[in-house]
Amino acid sequence: MTTRPTMIEFKDVHKYYGEYHALRGITASIRAGEFFSLLGPSGCGKTTLLRTIAGFEDISSGAVMIDGKHMEHVPANQRPTNMVFQNYAIFPHLTVEQNVGFGLRREGGTPAEKARRVEDALDMVGLKGYGRRAAHALSGGQRQRVALARALILKPKVLLLDEPLSALDKKMREQMQVELIKLQRQVGITFVLVTHDQEEALVMSDRIAVMFEGEILQLADPETLYRRPNSRRVAEFIGVMNFLPAEVLGEAGGHVQLEVAGLGRVDIEAAQGSGRATDGTVSVGFRPETLTILYEGQKAMDRETPGTVDEVVYYGDMTYYDVRLDGVDRVVRISMRNVFGRPVLDIGTRTRVAWSAGALVLFR
Amino acid sequence: MKFSALRSYAYLYLLFLYAPIILLPIFAFNDGTIIAFPLKGFTIEWFRQMAGNATLRTAVQNSLIIALSAAIFATTLGVFAARAATRFSFPGKGGIIGLIMLPLVLPEIIVAVSLLVVLLGIGVKLSVFTVILGHVLICTPYAIAILNTAFNALDRSLEEAAFDLGETKWSTFRLITLPLVMPGIISSLLMSFTISLDEFIIAFFLAGAEPTLPTYIFSQLRFPKQIPMIMALGTCLVAASIILLTIAEYFRRRGIARTGGTDAGGFL
Repeated sequence: MTTRPTMIEFKDVHKYYGEYHALRGITASIRAGEFFSLLGPSGCGKTTLLRTIAGFEDISSGAVMIDGKHMEHVPANQRPTNMVFQNYAIFPHLTVEQNVGFGLRREGGTPAEKARRVEDALDMVGLKGYGRRAAHALSGGQRQRVALARALILKPKVLLLDEPLSALDKKMREQMQVELIKLQRQVGITFVLVTHDQEEALVMSDRIAVMFEGEILQLADPETLYRRPNSRRVAEFIGVMNFLPAEVLGEAGGHVQLEVAGLGRVDIEAAQGSGRATDGTVSVGFRPETLTILYEGQKAMDRETPGTVDEVVYYGDMTYYDVRLDGVDRVVRISMRNVFGRPVLDIGTRTRVAWSAGALVLFR
Repeated sequence: MKFSALRSYAYLYLLFLYAPIILLPIFAFNDGTIIAFPLKGFTIEWFRQMAGNATLRTAVQNSLIIALSAAIFATTLGVFAARAATRFSFPGKGGIIGLIMLPLVLPEIIVAVSLLVVLLGIGVKLSVFTVILGHVLICTPYAIAILNTAFNALDRSLEEAAFDLGETKWSTFRLITLPLVMPGIISSLLMSFTISLDEFIIAFFLAGAEPTLPTYIFSQLRFPKQIPMIMALGTCLVAASIILLTIAEYFRRRGIARTGGTDAGGFL
């Protein structure tokens, strides 16, 4: 994985719209053949950054390199990138095959060869036999596939996807996520996806850059991002995380001693303590699934803390409990897989919560 | 019935609007020089007279040349202006667009007189060409208003997608933009053509000795025995407008059906 060469490189990229500083010094590299996601809330600059790769957006300073080449004076129609637009941008006055074959107009090859390439592209996205249809008569998912086929037919080095799934309903979206991953593995092209949906980014990406206010706060693989967010902002944006106020008592020998409200004295490894706080307060964070509710007779593997069930949310396969730990005036969320024969607890039940120091992340 | 008063008002209104137009063909085929009932008999004499009238033929020819040229020029300018107004932002944009749209609200007689003064001042001879200039001036705002709507309705990412797929700016315009704003262009051509064809004031001031259809009709109204021929001419014009509008509406609806858009209402 690490031996993959670099495909896209941002070197201190800045972008101003008048006074507005949209990109604030982006330095990052995207590897060849990886599924890379730009994740962040709306207005964080992720789409602007994607458009600087496509060539639709000039940068104010810095450099964008694609496959080792400087892109400063290369217009969008000469870059080795193709884009799938948020609304798919299907040409409404053309048929499906005219849409898919649009990029071949300037390529060499006989009409028969081009027709075969269009057929292959349609086949690849599962739209075999749809060629003669009017593009405007397609459903949302089919339009998405046409847009994919149209962008992939030119065999670009990089495929750019601007929130391609946001217009689909939930079921269709989940299906397309899987199809996109398969397609990316099949064609081996570098995919760069823009999304505001953290779940989508976690499911699909090899690596994710989390952006806030024109900056990349963390660039890592999904697991690292989820388990070791480097700041409270990233932690709050990705998934659900519980926070409890803490105090650092001391640091020695690669360990940090903490006093955490509700949990008491905890000893964690220094690597768990690299997170930045947003407002200067010290806190520890932990994911709902790292906590377990202990039933009668069960014993904690590591440590346990008593509390009272405050709220129960039943999801069928999972139950979410909000538990108020003794000695601290806030609830922590716990997710429990529902097991046959184990009752769902009622609100107000006294219980014990098992947790492990290794699952904590310190933000300071 | 609560609405019967409103309803009869509507019918009266329609009658008032269209009765004169229905009278046109009736008297165009009436065998008598006086426009009055009872009708005398059927004749096509007035149409024959019309066809044999050399000045009228010149006037029709002039008007067609003027209307076609004005429609094409105004629409071309309108395409540039509408594209600039919807795709780019530049300093002074609002002011410039405002200036272009100004003839829409200026009294036409003022435009006509000022143009006459300027043209005479710089020594341009009055002709069909000067009328074209004047008509382009008053048609362009209408063209821009229609084309702005067409360009605004066009999704910008369609142009970006074509550019991204390797086309140049120009071929993108030709392959994507133009076909998709074509209904707007046709509307603009028709609108400008119609405005120019029946425009009187500017033609009256700027045509010099050349007759146009409206100025010719105006000049003939002084002679009562010419009036049946004018009725025949009017009948032809109404027939031509109905045919033209029908064709335009057919193409507009076909365009909508082809691109799968929703019908936002046209002429009819």
